[in-house]
Amino acid sequence: MLITFENVTKKYGDDTVAVDDVSFTVKKGNLVTLIGPSGCGKTTTMKMINKLIPVTSGTISIDGKDISRENAVELRRNIGYVIQRIGLLPHMTIEENVSLVPKLKGWKKEVYQKKVDDLLDMVGLDPSIYKKKYPLELSGGQQQRIGVIRALAGEPPIILMDEPFSALDPISREQLQDELKILQKNIHKTIVFVTHDMDEALKIADEVIIMKAGSIQQVATPKTLLEKPINDFVSSFIGEERIQQSIQNRKLHRAETIMTPWKEGREESDLPSLSQDASLQEVARVMLAQNSESLIITDNSGKPVGRLQKNQLLQELAGVETGGK
Amino acid sequence: MEAIQIFWDTIVTRQDLIIERTMEHLYISFLAILIATCISLPLGIYISRKKKVAEFYIGITAVLQTIPSLALFGFLVPILGIGIKTALVALIIYALLPILRNTYTGLTGVDEGIMEAGEGMGMTKSQILWKIQLPLALPFLMAGIRTATVLTVGVATLATFVGAGGLGDVIWRGLQSWNNSLVLAGAIPVAFMALFFDYILKMIEKKVTPKGIKS
Repeated sequence: MLITFENVTKKYGDDTVAVDDVSFTVKKGNLVTLIGPSGCGKTTTMKMINKLIPVTSGTISIDGKDISRENAVELRRNIGYVIQRIGLLPHMTIEENVSLVPKLKGWKKEVYQKKVDDLLDMVGLDPSIYKKKYPLELSGGQQQRIGVIRALAGEPPIILMDEPFSALDPISREQLQDELKILQKNIHKTIVFVTHDMDEALKIADEVIIMKAGSIQQVATPKTLLEKPINDFVSSFIGEERIQQSIQNRKLHRAETIMTPWKEGREESDLPSLSQDASLQEVARVMLAQNSESLIITDNSGKPVGRLQKNQLLQELAGVETGGK
Repeated sequence: MEAIQIFWDTIVTRQDLIIERTMEHLYISFLAILIATCISLPLGIYISRKKKVAEFYIGITAVLQTIPSLALFGFLVPILGIGIKTALVALIIYALLPILRNTYTGLTGVDEGIMEAGEGMGMTKSQILWKIQLPLALPFLMAGIRTATVLTVGVATLATFVGAGGLGDVIWRGLQSWNNSLVLAGAIPVAFMALFFDYILKMIEKKVTPKGIKS
């Protein structure tokens, strides 16, 4: 499912421009975060996708189909929706809440009942215990897990999430972010995720869209964003600290930092070589591809400066894992 | 003890009158509540969707409520004549406000997040009304009907002044003849009737409150 915005503008009244001539594409299976200071139009942008907010001008299309021609109710049944206020129906059991959209879509009872069980299992809530409970009997984190699986129940290809974790305590928030990341890998949904939390955006997103005063400032992967913020607003919004941290991380995790310095007089030119600036990932990739136990590390002119053994790489990676977090 | 004996004798000798007036009282009150509910409930649903006009409608019922009850019965006689019709109209006018206001408050008080989730999931307007708003507002609706009922049972004692009978008749006869026992014989059933209705409706209210929102 491809979501495309073409010159989309949203005005309230005559002069308040909430979203100003915005164009972007969300690729199928990607998790895209919309981020920016409050009032930047990120939520409005998201809510135009399921027509909760009508566009003033421009076109939004899903898989090439202009959504302005689609029936809003039908469209929404195929777009999952998770909100900050969770919005579980308090008078319905967890089972009834999760099966809402499948029922609206007219699924058979056996089919959606199984779906409910599977989804509860997926987020680690035992169906036999939680199915018959009411939302208010659950903790905030558990409620939002239900909020997320309720959005998945109708098997929509697209899911919209409006600051879904920002009202949760920090521990639940981290957990749910991790779970969402794993979920995303397994189920390949196209997710549009609105947040104001930069750490969250950098952590979960495949692509980040930064907005300010209704217009897009930069669209980039978290890595590119940290390395090449496009303007002052973006770099100040990301925060100097995070940018420095990422530079540090890049420096720390280069081939040069873990190699053994070169000893003159040894000729091992049959070994594959790599630049000293190569990341550890690249080192591992080359080692695997060439099935080689060690590499020669060269400087920018191609002169050998060190040697890197597989064990050194493994040690470093083990250290990263245990000492890094 | 003597007073109780006299009271008891009054009840025994006037039992036909008391029973007949009690039935009248029940009938008028019940019918007034039923009609007021039939007007206020749909109107409440309507104004909950048109918040701009809501204050206007609630305002009208509030103004009607401020007319002293005795005066209202008086106003209506030249227009509707005397009889049960006039009593009913007056009682309905009194019962409108509590039901209308509670319906409106209940429906509009449903958490925005829940409404947004419903809309975002692709529920139609009527699905949102029937599956979300009404179940969640039901305790409010019932509370409104309860208030209206207790009020109506009390005010219905004035029906006697427009010739519509009811237990007010018994009370008025007692007052005119300086017969306190007869006044009590009319007033006590009114009080019991109000308490009884209140109890029954409270039970219904408990019963209809969705399980998940009971505290």
